[in-house]
Amino acid sequence: MIGLYGLLWQEFVVFKRKFFTVTIGALISPILYLIAFGWGLGNSLEIDGMSYMAFIIPGIIAMNTMMVSFNSTANSINISRLYYKTFEEYMVSPINMTVYTLGKIIAGALYGAYSAALIIIVVSLFTSDLVLTPYFIMIAVLNCFVFSAAGFFVGLMINSHSDMAKFSSFVITPMSFLCGTFFPIAKMPELLRGFIYLLPLTHTNLALRSAGETAVQMMLHAGVLLAYFIVLFVLEARVCKNVE
Amino acid sequence: MLDIIDLTKKYKNITAVNGVNFTIYDGEVFGLLGPNGAGKTTTVRMISTITPKTAGDIVINGESINRNLTVLKIKIGVVPQHNNLEKEMTAWENLEVHGILYRMPKVKRRQKIEEMLEFTELTERKDHLVNTFSGGMKRKLMIARALLHEPEILLLDEPTVGLDAGARRKIWDLMKQLKSGGLTVLLTTHYIEEAEALCDRVGLINNGKMIRIDTPKNLIEDVGEFTVECFKDGKTTEEFFDTREEAIDYAADLEGIVQIRPANLEDVFLKMTNRRVES
Repeated sequence: MIGLYGLLWQEFVVFKRKFFTVTIGALISPILYLIAFGWGLGNSLEIDGMSYMAFIIPGIIAMNTMMVSFNSTANSINISRLYYKTFEEYMVSPINMTVYTLGKIIAGALYGAYSAALIIIVVSLFTSDLVLTPYFIMIAVLNCFVFSAAGFFVGLMINSHSDMAKFSSFVITPMSFLCGTFFPIAKMPELLRGFIYLLPLTHTNLALRSAGETAVQMMLHAGVLLAYFIVLFVLEARVCKNVE
Repeated sequence: MLDIIDLTKKYKNITAVNGVNFTIYDGEVFGLLGPNGAGKTTTVRMISTITPKTAGDIVINGESINRNLTVLKIKIGVVPQHNNLEKEMTAWENLEVHGILYRMPKVKRRQKIEEMLEFTELTERKDHLVNTFSGGMKRKLMIARALLHEPEILLLDEPTVGLDAGARRKIWDLMKQLKSGGLTVLLTTHYIEEAEALCDRVGLINNGKMIRIDTPKNLIEDVGEFTVECFKDGKTTEEFFDTREEAIDYAADLEGIVQIRPANLEDVFLKMTNRRVES
């Protein structure tokens, strides 16, 4: 576990050095979404008996934690493999590659959790629509881990930075708009809804809102996210042992 | 001792390294000399476990190494060809992370960091970000990092490539100190002067195959101690002789620009492969 400490210490040093850019970068897009969709477009809307602002805040937290966790890990791994070659320093060092995988996922998830904390602080200054519960925090953290793990896999497997951008355009961006971030998935065509229900961000959005859901449904969301994380982590640890 | 046994690397239709065998004894500086694309870097990358091998074995003191044998990897220090320092961190922070990853106790780690910064003359720049360093300073810091955990074997992949003459000379001075300290070193290079100045034995590698292994002196003596180089009609030809007198006699009848000089490893490589190392 000393390797895990070394890796996280390095990430923390870099985080401290880039504190202002990381913080401002994590705040800009959620604030824009809140202004445009919350206070602007959604001011006079109601969804499922709640104000649009109350509806959209959990969605923005879900979307932002997904993007920040995914991008932090995917870019870090991809750039360190293909450009800075710092990935090689870990490959030759006596750190177990499973521990390396875990460390990078934790680091990316912490960036996501940090962005979620920033949004919660900003939102709390202007509205009381957001209610934090232990379940809410657990789901947000799980979401960070799932997408950090997804970012690790993509960063490991894709061999050009332009293809990374394409992956985001074809997978991450559609997920942010289709998985119930801005409107309930019940409004989607039935065929598409079935597919969307399989995606992890859908479960994060449903769980963070937890509007009128049973305990079983709430557990199901957590279970789906956990299953995604476990499958990705096991797969990545295996790939990492033999990747070049 | 490092044993390389039938080491092979294939990429689809290309065989980058083809059944290479050699042994590096304790305290020896062994050079892999060959032109770009000969298979030197691939060999070092397989030994350092970055590149998975297709076949063969890499044995350190009787134990086969692979990426997941973390304990055995502590015995190796690696200086790769390309800078892989963390650019957003200072020199000291880069060394600190390395020390933690290599499981060095805190007191010893801090002591060795100071020692290595002193050794590489980087103490005054220890709190500066790596991306403000010159190429030579980065290379010195990479050597400091590779030596920090006191490895038994140091792998240096083209340690002076891309450096100016002054920086190259400083790296050589560092390596001569390491050599006198008895460290076992595998060095790849395509600089003839570097191989002759630093290596106890040299392995000549071409198209992924080991052609010959011997001391630089023996390799040169086998070719002839003097080279007559003649440049005529846009083409350079070389002939080799055991004595200066024979070389002078031969040169007397030549037309064009003629030069008599001591033979070097470039001549050895040229004679054996019809290919230049520093091309």
